[in-house]
Amino acid sequence: MVKEVMTSNKAVAEAVRLAKPQVIPVYPITPQTTISEYLAQYVADEKIDAKYIKVESEHSAISASVGASGAGVRVFTATSSQGLMLMHEILFAAAGMRTPFVLADANRAISAPLNIWNDQQDSIAQRDAGWLQIYVENAQEALDTTLMAYKVSENPKILLPSMVCLDGFILTHTVEPVEIPEQELVDEFLPPYKPEHSFIDTETPMSIGTFADPENYLEARHDMQVAMDNAKEVIQQTCDEFAEKFGRQYGLVDAYKCDDAEIIYVAMGSICSTIRAIVDELREAGEKVGLLKIRAYRPFPVEAIEEAVVNCDKLAVVDKNVTFGNGGALFTDIKAKIHKDAYGFIVGLGGRDITPKEIKEIYEKTKNPVKEVTWIGLKEE
Amino acid sequence: MVAIGCVVKNPGSSKNNKTGSWRTFKPVLDKDKCVDCENCYIFCPDASINTEREIDYDYCKGCGICANECPVDAIEMIKE
Amino acid sequence: MIEIRFHGRGGQGAVTAAEILAKAAFLDGKYVQAFPFFGVERRGAPVMSFTRIDDEPVEIRYQVYNPDYVLVLDDGLMNVVDVFSGLKENSEVIINLAEEYKAAATHKVHTIDATGIALEMLGRNIVNTIILGYFAKKTGVVSLDSLIQVIKETFLGKVGDLNAEATKKAYEMVK
Repeated sequence: MVKEVMTSNKAVAEAVRLAKPQVIPVYPITPQTTISEYLAQYVADEKIDAKYIKVESEHSAISASVGASGAGVRVFTATSSQGLMLMHEILFAAAGMRTPFVLADANRAISAPLNIWNDQQDSIAQRDAGWLQIYVENAQEALDTTLMAYKVSENPKILLPSMVCLDGFILTHTVEPVEIPEQELVDEFLPPYKPEHSFIDTETPMSIGTFADPENYLEARHDMQVAMDNAKEVIQQTCDEFAEKFGRQYGLVDAYKCDDAEIIYVAMGSICSTIRAIVDELREAGEKVGLLKIRAYRPFPVEAIEEAVVNCDKLAVVDKNVTFGNGGALFTDIKAKIHKDAYGFIVGLGGRDITPKEIKEIYEKTKNPVKEVTWIGLKEE
Repeated sequence: MVAIGCVVKNPGSSKNNKTGSWRTFKPVLDKDKCVDCENCYIFCPDASINTEREIDYDYCKGCGICANECPVDAIEMIKE
Repeated sequence: MIEIRFHGRGGQGAVTAAEILAKAAFLDGKYVQAFPFFGVERRGAPVMSFTRIDDEPVEIRYQVYNPDYVLVLDDGLMNVVDVFSGLKENSEVIINLAEEYKAAATHKVHTIDATGIALEMLGRNIVNTIILGYFAKKTGVVSLDSLIQVIKETFLGKVGDLNAEATKKAYEMVK
């Protein structure tokens, strides 16, 4: 086991090296670019035995990924922001064709106005595409989740692609210590991909990417829903298996000091680090507060959330995105599914720094609520 | 506070951003050595040298391309 | 936790310095985090970068607003940005400057002619590793051995050797 100081982008690239994909079609975009650079280097240095396809756009990157995965090999791609927007059409094709590859999204704001900094609007805007979406908090989790994503996606009960979402710059360009797992252990955890539903073989010819008339389409979509429902169990199983092998335990959600909490922050991604520090600070001041980190956003882990928040009075739901006209996406999901007094907070859009002051303001505004959805950090007129 | 759609109502506002402060070394021209070839004017990527070979220090970032392209070494880069 | 803020210009290696310091402190057995002020990487423009060093895992993720140490790679920046912003009572500032810092300062200010060392030993005005050598001796936050090891891993071959020598020279200049 080697421990090194690296960015989350390098941690993702290390995970990809360990996962041994055979095809990597990728197009660079800030702040994902160094992922594509590291992988190009690894392929050139023969650390990964893969075909690295230099495509002309993100639409091509995702199309090549679907083609290669449909042909039966393990595939990786990565993008960010406008790149993910350009992939939108083919994201649905990837899920519908049941191609179980992994995409890392370096979460970045969407234009206009043009902005290269972090928020989670890009991946949130793709939540209905039929992809599993996991949001990570740090570089170690970025590496570990990328490995687990392959195992979950390739599970015969799932066969849907996975999106590993990591906050742009806050994770992609920040170095911190990361444990790199042994190749041998990874090989045991993640054996080579052996597709049975979709592959190219002249002995058993098949057509992929087909047409479905009204007699079949409804069932095809329902199958995807069933797979997504199955994913909750499979993600948890995979996390447990990972913990057994590598000693780091993850889950659909991660509850911190929630058991006796009266107010629980609910959030996704890197912001959970600072919130956890503030939870400790508020606890020292006698406040009963906790944090529920949502790792799996799709499938939405309703049961796991219910279990974690069962004893609390109120939820402070933190969103780095907005569904205009209806609050943040996580907030509206929580509101629809969890029967608790919930308040929504929109923070950090376009890379606005989120400091302890804002996190505490969210707590105060949940304790003494004025309105249902509040934007935090707006400059005074 | 911001204009609707972030429209800029006074175009040409990049003039307000005086990039001369980015400079560590400044180009200084010795007019006696200058042979009027206009290479510095042509190669300056920031249009900070005019046809009269006057250097606009408000915007020159000190990249040194003019000094590099000068065929008679008439431009010297001096630390600010 | 020790928080360090670097001021430099795009291309001077402030971001690399923050990462080298983090990696060296990690070799010393500390927990670390380092990151740039995001998205402003234009050559010559003022940039900042940050390093956090602690005995416990670093689990906060916002900019450093109240640094314990500030390292200024280019004294010309002093006219452009407020390098003293957010300092705590005991914070210290190290500036790349050939002479003593004469202006009135509310905080302890050290100067080192890093540009002089860089031009003499590296042949170009890249001072990021040199100022780290001075910082290491002055503050004891990081060991010279770890700094040298990371510098040689970061810059391969002759460049790494020269940078390591220059860093050592700056380290030894501290009385």
